[in-house]
Amino acid sequence: MEKITFATQLLQYLITGLTIGSIYAMVALGFIIIYNVTEIINFAQGEFVVLGGLVMVVFHVSAGLPLVIAFPATVVLVMLVGILLDRLAIRPIRKPSVLTLIIATIAASILMKGVAMVIWGKDPFDLQAFSGRDPISFFGAIIQPQYLWVIGFLILITISLSIFFNSTIIGKAMRACADNPDAASLVGIDTKKMILLSFALSAAIGAIAGIIVTPISLMEYDRGVSLAIKGFGAAILGGLGSFPGAILGGLIMGTIESFGAGLISSAYKDAFALIVLLAVLFFKPSGLLGSVEISKMKRF
Amino acid sequence: MVQELKFQVRESLEKNILEVEQVAMAFGGLMALINQNFRVKKGIIKAIIGPNGAGKTTLFNVITGFFPPTEGTIRFKGQAIEHLKAHDIASRGLSRTFQTVELFDNMTVLENVMVGCHTRIRSSFLATGFKLPQVKRKENKIKEKAMDILEFINLKDKFNEPADSLPLGEQKLLEIGRGLATQPDLLCLDEPVAGLNETETQVASSLIRLIREKGITVLLVEHDMKVVMDLSDEIMVLNYGEKIAEGPPEQVQNDPKVIEAYLGGED
Repeated sequence: MEKITFATQLLQYLITGLTIGSIYAMVALGFIIIYNVTEIINFAQGEFVVLGGLVMVVFHVSAGLPLVIAFPATVVLVMLVGILLDRLAIRPIRKPSVLTLIIATIAASILMKGVAMVIWGKDPFDLQAFSGRDPISFFGAIIQPQYLWVIGFLILITISLSIFFNSTIIGKAMRACADNPDAASLVGIDTKKMILLSFALSAAIGAIAGIIVTPISLMEYDRGVSLAIKGFGAAILGGLGSFPGAILGGLIMGTIESFGAGLISSAYKDAFALIVLLAVLFFKPSGLLGSVEISKMKRF
Repeated sequence: MVQELKFQVRESLEKNILEVEQVAMAFGGLMALINQNFRVKKGIIKAIIGPNGAGKTTLFNVITGFFPPTEGTIRFKGQAIEHLKAHDIASRGLSRTFQTVELFDNMTVLENVMVGCHTRIRSSFLATGFKLPQVKRKENKIKEKAMDILEFINLKDKFNEPADSLPLGEQKLLEIGRGLATQPDLLCLDEPVAGLNETETQVASSLIRLIREKGITVLLVEHDMKVVMDLSDEIMVLNYGEKIAEGPPEQVQNDPKVIEAYLGGED
């Protein structure tokens, strides 16, 4: 047994923080994808994560499907939920203001939470870790293999998104929609289709976050709100609308939370991240990587 | 009689790319356009002129589907389009630019034109999502096409610069280039030389002429009379939402109604 020094303890907090921060970053990315195309803050984003975890439990544990099938199946199913959210809650609203649409997403999130409670009950569910739970020792700190999966998936998602938005014509069309909707429809881009796509994409990322975090922290029906708040905080912290900002914001939130819980008290773990968020808003309201110019132009 | 009518219809189809019939547009009680009837012949440059507030931009917005007209029919290549959405009309080959430049500011010059090519590639999301080599090939093809267009509008050297860093004159050219990328049959230009200096105006004018030579019909709203008289094959004059004259430049220039409403006062 190695001696636990203060340094290894700090390393341990850092690793845990980066892991949970990766999840926040994924939630923040989900927020931003929809926000950039529509200016809507989708408060049902946390519900996508919850659904990802819970649906995966059904497919993988209850139905016994192997991981490689259950994983994509879950993502596709949650994507469908995202598409339904757009078709049933967002698109039918006549003469929508951004605020009305945001309230619609809050309603949808309450509804989804209720349905999840009816289906899965109030108990938390566990999921097998992808490659076992034998901890890996790293300079005295203990790393669960699942942590590596989480961080790895964040990297994978980041690379895929950057390829999608920078190098495919559909990704460019989506960015064009966010940039200037009038000009986008002028070159033949169907903005409604792009909004639908943004919801599907966000849902998929939420589902992935839910699937990979469940083996670490379990999953229950009402976790969506706190995940949404942390993810939203991460997006604001990084500068709402900026992809690198969302990732950085998420990692910072997670790390602060982990250090705060470890060094001060875990009872206030939610407060630390939010205090930092408030401080950023006081001193640099556009966020770490957001530009002041852009934040002035935004309606929300 | 019927035969004659049919013949007329066919003939008009062959000759006219755009037919506007009985179109009216009201904003609340304000009639922005009153009983508009006109045709745009294939392959020409037609200018719409008129004093400020005459309804020129409104007419563009109605034709390109940004507002549905209160009344009337608009036929493009023989098909009614007045009920279609802007993106649908654009993908049928009717493109436009805006009075105030509307580019994708956060994208590069090249990307702006590439997005313009979007309409001409019909690919499903799943196909682009999972077949990377194919995506790459398609992407390269689009890039080549976009570079050709940049060469045509003389912006090839600046392909990698952010669109909002260009001077106004080049932003206007880029907007035309993006319009061309949709491979239009009819290109509507809303004040293409407004705010440009003498040299930039000449560049834009000769570009518009080149576009006509490529067989693309051009419909033009412009205040610069020199450019209008110089470029247009046909001119239509609006005043208070109504057409007051239409014809070749010399004829319109000498029309007493036009002189009274528009050219009057000053000279």
